[in-house]
Amino acid sequence: MGVIASPLHVLAVDDSNLDRKLIERLLKTFSYHVTAVDSGSKALEFLGLQDVEKFPEVEVNLIITDYCMPGMTGFELLRKVKESTSLKDIPVVIMSSENVPARINRCLEEGAEEFFLKPVRLADVGKLKPYLSKNNRKTAEEEECVLNDKSIATHDEVDTFAKEERQVLPEGQSC
Amino acid sequence: MAAVPQLQRQFIEYTTSLYNEGYLDDQFTQLQKLQDESNPDFVVEVVSLFFEDSEKLLNNLATALQQNIVDYKQVDSHVHQFKGSSSSIGAQRVTSVCVLFRNCCEEKNLDGCLRCLQQLKHEYINVRSKLEALFRLEQQILQAGGSIPMME
Repeated sequence: MGVIASPLHVLAVDDSNLDRKLIERLLKTFSYHVTAVDSGSKALEFLGLQDVEKFPEVEVNLIITDYCMPGMTGFELLRKVKESTSLKDIPVVIMSSENVPARINRCLEEGAEEFFLKPVRLADVGKLKPYLSKNNRKTAEEEECVLNDKSIATHDEVDTFAKEERQVLPEGQSC
Repeated sequence: MAAVPQLQRQFIEYTTSLYNEGYLDDQFTQLQKLQDESNPDFVVEVVSLFFEDSEKLLNNLATALQQNIVDYKQVDSHVHQFKGSSSSIGAQRVTSVCVLFRNCCEEKNLDGCLRCLQQLKHEYINVRSKLEALFRLEQQILQAGGSIPMME
């Protein structure tokens, strides 16, 4: 008897409720299971709750996040994910309404797989298939090793990091 | 009650004019493509969110521009949100005014900002009444037993 694979799970992060509704619908046309949250900190909270004792295995196969958000930006979220031993292999895609080459390059260099200009379209979501292929999914063994790692950022670390990030941006640069 | 073919023709003509006059752009068509039997009210739901967001943002903008010392970063942030939601539904004219508005914010031009706010209100009210008319037409077609023509 074969194993029934669970649908691929995408975590969508956007502070705009309209854009959350849109991205959720776009992702669902590809039959992905979607969790949509309205901030980077909620996303980290969700990702941090990979505690097998508390919850049934909630695997996230891809994170798609808006760049401009109050509090933690999408870039900061990307960085946190890539710095985390347990989360770094999750592909991250950034969305932005602003076409700023420096911003795009920064995100790609930090490890984002794709950068989508908003409004995001069906064709864009179609590009996510390779990142969500079965080969990228961890085996059960690997999952166990990863879940024992507690190197996910705490809220304090995120605050400090956010301040550093703001200092790096030139004065007057807005989203 | 008008016959279905007549209503459908009206619908096609009206929709076409909205695109030709720049009220709507291709993003609106993209929204319509996402509507199906399992999501039959998707467009209305998304547009309703746009109406809610817009009205809140117009109030926020009026308040922000009335302050003794105007915080242009705050004003810009509201306009940025407005631009985002209008472009997400394809309300092209609204988006265009937002672009001009952001320039005025950057220049800290109060008169320019106030003019842009008036223009923004005007364009928003226009597109809202046009979309409401479009949805009414759709309802008439459906109630007469017809189907909404697909626009290419």
